[in-house]
Amino acid sequence: MNNWKIFSNGLFKENPIFVLLLGMCPTLGVTTSAINGLGMGLATTLVLLLSNVTISLTSNLIPDKIRIPGYIVIIATVVTILEICMAAYLPSLHASLGIFIPLIVVNCIVLGRAEAFASRNTPLLSLLDGLGMGLGFTLGLTLLGCTREILGSGKLFDVSLYDESHGILIFVLPPGAFIALGYLIAIINKIKKTL
Amino acid sequence: MEYVLIFITAVFVNNIVLAQFLGICPFLGVSKSVPTALGMTGAVTFVMILATLVTFIIQKTVLDPLGITFMQTITFILVIATLVQMVEIILKKATPSLYQALGVFLPLITTNCCVLGVAIMVIQKDYNLLQALVFSTSTALGFGLALVIFAGIREQLAFTRVPAGLQGPAISLVTAGLLAMAFMGFSGIV
Repeated sequence: MNNWKIFSNGLFKENPIFVLLLGMCPTLGVTTSAINGLGMGLATTLVLLLSNVTISLTSNLIPDKIRIPGYIVIIATVVTILEICMAAYLPSLHASLGIFIPLIVVNCIVLGRAEAFASRNTPLLSLLDGLGMGLGFTLGLTLLGCTREILGSGKLFDVSLYDESHGILIFVLPPGAFIALGYLIAIINKIKKTL
Repeated sequence: MEYVLIFITAVFVNNIVLAQFLGICPFLGVSKSVPTALGMTGAVTFVMILATLVTFIIQKTVLDPLGITFMQTITFILVIATLVQMVEIILKKATPSLYQALGVFLPLITTNCCVLGVAIMVIQKDYNLLQALVFSTSTALGFGLALVIFAGIREQLAFTRVPAGLQGPAISLVTAGLLAMAFMGFSGIV
C-alpha cells in the first residue's frame, strides 16, 4: 500500500507539470506533437529511474558537502548514455528532440527528486518514486502534445482527424504552447475544485 | 553586419525564452517585480558570457583534439556549476553590494537551462570565438528583455480580477503566450 502511494504521488497528487510546475522548458519546447511529448517523457523517465537508483545506492559514499556536484555528474552520465543510445536506435526522435536531450541534465525534476527523495530512501523506493514522477511527467507532456496536435494540425499521433487546413496554426507555434498549457492547468484547477 | 544579424536574431527573432523555450523556470519564477527581474538578468548575463567563453575554449582545446566530444554534456555542466560557485565567492569578496543585490539568483543559475543551452548551441552552430561572445551576450539581453517586459505585465496583472480557475500560474502562462505572439511579429525582419 505504501509503495503504491509513493508511485502514484508523482502521477497525480504531485504531478511535476500541472502541480509542481517543474521542468517547464522541455514541456513547452517539444510538445508540438503527441509523439514528441511521449518520447521526451519516456526519455526523462528513464533518466529519473537510473539516476534515482544510482544516487540512492551511493548516498552513503558521497560526502554531504559535495553531494550536489556528485548528483550532477551521475545525472549527466546517465543522460549522455541515453543520448548516445537514442542517436543510434531512434535517430528521428533524437533529431526532433534536438537540444532538449542534453538539457535533461538541468531539468529541475531530476535533481529535485535526487535531493528530496533518492538521497534519503532505499533503492527500491527511489525506483518507484522515479517511475511515478517520470510517468507523471510523461502523462503531462503527452496530454499537452495531444492538445496542441489536435488543435494545431488536426491530427493525433499522426492519424488525421480532420482537414489540416482547418487547424489553428498558432497551437503548433511557440505562443500556442504557453496558451495551451495555461488553459490545461486552469481546467485541472477547476476539476480539482469540483471533486 | 554579420554580428548585427546575430544580435537581432538572438534578441528578437529567436528569443531564447519566447521562441526557444529555454530558461522558463526563472522566467515564471522571478518575474513578480521589475527590480528582481533586472537583478536576475544581470546575474544570467554575467554567467552566460563567462560560461560560453570557458566551455568554448575547453571544447576547442581539450574535447575536439582528444576526440572525446561525447563528454560534452558532463564537462559543460561541471564547468558551469564550478563557474557559478566561483563567481559567487569572488563577488562576495570584491563587491558585496552587487552580491547582496543578486542574492539567491546566483546559485539558481546552475540549473537555468539557458546557460547550458547557449554553450551547446554555440558549438552546434560552429561559431568562432567572437561570434560566440556576440551570440551569448545578445541571448542574455534577449532573456532580460523578455523577463523585464513580462515582470512589468505581471505587476499590472496583480490589480486585475482573474477567473478563479485561471489564477496563479495559468494566467501567467496565457500572458506569456500573448507576449510570444507579439515577438512572432519580428520573424520577418531577418
